[in-house]
Amino acid sequence: MVAPVEPKPGGTLRNAFGGVLGFFILLLIGVLAFSIRLFSVIKYESVIHEFDPYFNYRVTQFLTKNGIYEFWNWFDDRTWYPLGRVIGGTVYPGLTLTAGTMWWILNSLNIPLSVETVCVFTAPVFSAFAAWATYFLTKEVKGIGSGLTAATLLALVPSYISRSVAGSYDNEAVAIFALIFTFFLYIKTLNTGSLFYATLNALSYFYMVCSWGGYTFIINLIPMHALLCIVTGRYSSRLYIAYAPLVVLGTLLAALVPVVGFNAVMTSEHFASFLVFIIIHVVAFVYFIKGILSPKMFKVAITLVLTVGIAVCIAVIAILVALVASSPTKGWSGRSLSLLDPTYASKYIPIIASVSEHQPPTWPSYFMDINILAFLVPAGIIACFLPLSDASSFVVLYLVTSVYFSGVMVRLMLVLAPAACILSGIALSEAFDVLTRSVKLQLVKLLEGPLSNAGDTKDENSTAQNDVLKADKQVATNNKTEDVKERPSKKNRKKDKENTEKAPVKSHNEKRLLALPLEASAIAIILLVVLGSLYVIHCVWAAAEAYSAPSIVLTSRSHDGLHVFDDFREAYAWLRHNTEADDKVASWWDYGYQTTAMANRTVIVDNNTWNNTHIATVGTAMSSPEKPAWEIFNSLDVKYVLVVFGGLVGYPSDDINKFLWMVRIGGGVFPHIKEPDYLRDGQYRIDAQATPTMLNCLMYKLSYYRFVETDGKGFDRVRRTEIGKKHFKLSHFEEVFTTHHWMVRIYKLKPPKNRMKGKTKKPKPTSKPLSGARRDGSTKKNPWQ
Amino acid sequence: MRKVFACALFLLLATWMTTARSDLVISKVDRRIDLTSHIVRVLSTLKVENAGRVVVSEILLAIPNMQAKNLANLKAFYNEGKGKGSAINLPVAEVHPEGMPRELSFYSISLHEGLEKGKSLTVNVLSIFTHSLQPFPEEISQSDVQLVVYQDSAYYVSPYEVKSQSLNVLLPGGRVESYTKHPSGKLVDSEIKYGPYEKLPPFSYSPIVLHFENNNPFVVAQELVREIEVSHWGSIQITEHYNLAHKGATNKGGFSRLDYQSRSYMGGRSSLRQLIARLPPRAHSIYYRDDIGNISTSHLWGDSRKTQLEIEPRFPIFGGWRTSFTIGYSLPLQDFLFVSEGNRFLNITFGCPMDEVVIDDLIVKVVLPEGSKEVSVSVPFHTKQWHETKYSHLDIIGRPVVALEKNNVVPEHNTYFQVHYKFNNLSLLWEPLMLISGFLLLFVACIAYMHADLSISKSSASYIAKLQWDEVQATVQQVQNVIRRCLSAHEKLETSLQDLSRTGDVHSCKATRKIADGLLKELSKELKPLMGFLQSSPQAAQIWPKVEELVAKEKEMQEKLMQKHVAVVDCFEKKYSGREIENRVAPYQQKLSALKQEVDDLLDYIDEI
Repeated sequence: MVAPVEPKPGGTLRNAFGGVLGFFILLLIGVLAFSIRLFSVIKYESVIHEFDPYFNYRVTQFLTKNGIYEFWNWFDDRTWYPLGRVIGGTVYPGLTLTAGTMWWILNSLNIPLSVETVCVFTAPVFSAFAAWATYFLTKEVKGIGSGLTAATLLALVPSYISRSVAGSYDNEAVAIFALIFTFFLYIKTLNTGSLFYATLNALSYFYMVCSWGGYTFIINLIPMHALLCIVTGRYSSRLYIAYAPLVVLGTLLAALVPVVGFNAVMTSEHFASFLVFIIIHVVAFVYFIKGILSPKMFKVAITLVLTVGIAVCIAVIAILVALVASSPTKGWSGRSLSLLDPTYASKYIPIIASVSEHQPPTWPSYFMDINILAFLVPAGIIACFLPLSDASSFVVLYLVTSVYFSGVMVRLMLVLAPAACILSGIALSEAFDVLTRSVKLQLVKLLEGPLSNAGDTKDENSTAQNDVLKADKQVATNNKTEDVKERPSKKNRKKDKENTEKAPVKSHNEKRLLALPLEASAIAIILLVVLGSLYVIHCVWAAAEAYSAPSIVLTSRSHDGLHVFDDFREAYAWLRHNTEADDKVASWWDYGYQTTAMANRTVIVDNNTWNNTHIATVGTAMSSPEKPAWEIFNSLDVKYVLVVFGGLVGYPSDDINKFLWMVRIGGGVFPHIKEPDYLRDGQYRIDAQATPTMLNCLMYKLSYYRFVETDGKGFDRVRRTEIGKKHFKLSHFEEVFTTHHWMVRIYKLKPPKNRMKGKTKKPKPTSKPLSGARRDGSTKKNPWQ
Repeated sequence: MRKVFACALFLLLATWMTTARSDLVISKVDRRIDLTSHIVRVLSTLKVENAGRVVVSEILLAIPNMQAKNLANLKAFYNEGKGKGSAINLPVAEVHPEGMPRELSFYSISLHEGLEKGKSLTVNVLSIFTHSLQPFPEEISQSDVQLVVYQDSAYYVSPYEVKSQSLNVLLPGGRVESYTKHPSGKLVDSEIKYGPYEKLPPFSYSPIVLHFENNNPFVVAQELVREIEVSHWGSIQITEHYNLAHKGATNKGGFSRLDYQSRSYMGGRSSLRQLIARLPPRAHSIYYRDDIGNISTSHLWGDSRKTQLEIEPRFPIFGGWRTSFTIGYSLPLQDFLFVSEGNRFLNITFGCPMDEVVIDDLIVKVVLPEGSKEVSVSVPFHTKQWHETKYSHLDIIGRPVVALEKNNVVPEHNTYFQVHYKFNNLSLLWEPLMLISGFLLLFVACIAYMHADLSISKSSASYIAKLQWDEVQATVQQVQNVIRRCLSAHEKLETSLQDLSRTGDVHSCKATRKIADGLLKELSKELKPLMGFLQSSPQAAQIWPKVEELVAKEKEMQEKLMQKHVAVVDCFEKKYSGREIENRVAPYQQKLSALKQEVDDLLDYIDEI
């Protein structure tokens, strides 16, 4: 919260000092942004977090080992068995390429950091960059003071910390930087009209496309803003330079990214930009014609063009609508559709709805994630309207859209955070500006007042001054009302208007309006500082306590000290060392990435969730009784089945709690799995009241196998109930490993029997393609039908 | 089958080779075979007598090939003097004497002083074998005990005649399934005794087979890479990468955590639960991790004589299971690095610091600081050696690395070895200096960039425009200065009016006005050339109207102020009342403040440009 460094006559030294000071403040902000994210390393260890980061880490390892060309051509046979996955063509490569490059540079300087270390610290490094990008963006909008304030806020904002703590090696870590930086370059181009920045902007957009699917936000927001500018009569050549090159270059570059490819021109997410591209050209053309024609001729031309143009437009739009409507999803991808219609996912795609971060947020999560910024943002919006410039209108638009998106998905709170930081930074900085200036003025008056009044009994001086003040205020209000009247007037007057409006805020060294009373402003400053420190305390708490857990290591504090639950890695290490290299491990898709990365074993499904049917197959197997489940798994060549069970130690996000989603997703594809079969009177339960289908399904059995022998009752600490079926044996699976706290249990499929009693059945070869399994399915009762 | 074959073979041999070397006679042999762990240690005490005529300087030892391939270490020593003399090691070398049976490997002990005729000598031979205990049955379930089979000869196999001998086999306790009783074997507690046997010809052999319970985890490091990195900044970093396996009876039928945790009597008695590493004293910065991160199950304690690290693998290791991990620690440099005659030498242990671990393949790499020269190694036993170069922190020429490789390593190999090298202390400063100069260059480059004019063409339109714009800005700055001085003159006038209202001194007030008038006139003169320049310059087109307006407003303000001043002074001269003065001045006042506002705004605006 630094007062803007104001230019003063003859103050070059002071300017230089301000520059150096600003530089150091920025440096410290970078250090702050980096270091607040190290709690996870200090409290836990330098390790990759959660699920997706493990995939990114694995891809980075592959990249550093095999080089970029191998990476583009990488067909991964360790996942989605037997389908495999073309990694090079389905992954956003920005993050991995960034970390890979960083690692390569460090290693060529002979600094021996492991790939893992580089990956762990990529996110903190990029959040420092993001803070700097925020500074530049806000500086373009409202000056240096706001820039520094916004950068400080962004460095600390919990929402962003949650996605960028050390070890959280995910796309968002670099994407937020890319997002802010792209916006900065757009604003910079808009303010300067320089083609240089426009080109940089396209490159930055390219980086964003490389990094995250959220790039569609940019390619929709910037057209919206351009359209807004055109509609409000703010069209200028600068706007054209900022917009047109971005669309052309940006689309071309985006199409270079394999995962985007022709989507950059084919999907509806991008159509808005092309539409606005056409509009801006029409507008530019109109301005051009207006310049060379006389007003009379211009009118004639306009009527002519309008009639022809409208006809053409209608035709084009009709064609477009027909094209779009002919595709089943109307050209929108599932995630985007669920953005526009928040109920879409829960209705049609359980696999999207099953992810907790795709749920709409609750009010407390706003307070948790952006804290006081939620209250400062409105003030920031007001500050942005005084005066409204192209840049500030962009920021407001950014905020409004991101608030909407954050309301749809918790995950997109991340996009809201920078907008909230920028606006709050503006608000705080402006408030400090006003308050400190009035304190300064009042202090000057206090010091001067007694001196000039010394010899006077009438105190005329002060009254005179008051008069001056009053008069000033009158004039100011007059000015303002005039300005309000003039608002829709011509463009070149806008500058004057901005000037007069800005002047009261900006002016200094004058005793003039907006001078608040000394006491009030002093108290307000103190309150703001207190508010700011509350924010800092909250952020540090959030960084230290809420968002630093790597989720593969759990800790709990009890009276006898810290207890570590390292069961996941125990299980993965066991799989890694004590199974054959090409064994297939089946688990729910949540653990797919971790299994491939940590255990280095082939999995059936993983967090990429690109093939709903495949996931449904695993879901069906988990919800079926032992024998059909064994058949499904065997047809998929599975050797081990891994389940996560929290009932012994009370770990709530285990497979039993996720089980209904397995049923739903499985039932979505294989109709013989019906959700009501697993529910007793609409309630999900695993105690004695549970349905027989539930008690006989594979997931139940694998989770609770021999569980009753631990305490004699089989009390599940997550569900807080005794389990329904206590003593049972497994006929087709055998337990091969259970971790220390029983959190991960691994079962092996028993080999098929040589001789079947009664039925004649040919023994199955262990490796069988999917189609073969489907053929078999026609004779048996199994989900392949 | 194999046993029968071997037995027949050796009986044959025994009859065939009776007359081999009869110069020496072994008058007494005591053998103790220690089978309590999975490493077999055989300590034979030989009393050798020279029965021939010539001085004998070497003693031959014979070990059946079947055992010799598992031989990890063979050490011969005798005690100086009686009883508790210090042990003196004797060199042992593998030899291939002519005319000896191929089924035996021979090792020769060289005596320091030849054994003269009729003299006798007591030599202790310690031979250590690995992988000699065969689990039988080979697969056990979690609750079973681990049974192993050990084969040896009841007689001491020697190329010499043995007059009297005995054999004690020490077992770990527990069940003994079976043992060969044939030549007078008997089990006492957990010890099996064979012998004594008298007067056996050379190469006597009588196979014995012991089948007993041994629940020790058979911890075998299939590969261990120790990297010892010497830093002359004050520490030695040691990193050890283990690739561990349990080579006991293979686990079958899965692993039940329930049985393992709640019923310890039937839950994996032969599993490896923990390992203890004895590290040198003052070891610090210790870590224990594997490919996927830190392993939290370890404990550390230490005192001034040792540091003890107790590590548990991520999961208990049953027979046939494997795991891999890394431990690392730092040691203070002065404990291990010494200087002698300008040479430095590192004196550090060779093997792994853990108890009862057999290492199939041990690679020790000593990384010396960059710039070390004349590197040589002295190791007390035979190893494969080669040199490498390692690039680490900011290296340019790389660090010399000495790599030593040895197979079949047992804890007895954990002895000190030395690496000698030469190193110049000044080389230490090389890397810091490089860093400093790197940053210096960076800053110099920044300064140069900030000051350099990097425009491509000096005559391009935009470049000239930029120059002109700079000029315009300078001029505008000057204009602003002049205007500010005008404003300060105005303030002086105002204060003079206030003084007037206080003191009523009309004359001084008039004088002030005159001075101010003069000053203002001068300033407007100064302003003229500047305005002229701005008007003519094309670059100033944008800013010109504002400046013009500013100057005009300022002029107007001057006039109004003068009028006000004159009016006030007039009123004072005419002795009007305060209220009247106010009334008269009010219109001017209003105008003035409006003008002042405008002028300020304009100044701000121009400032911003």
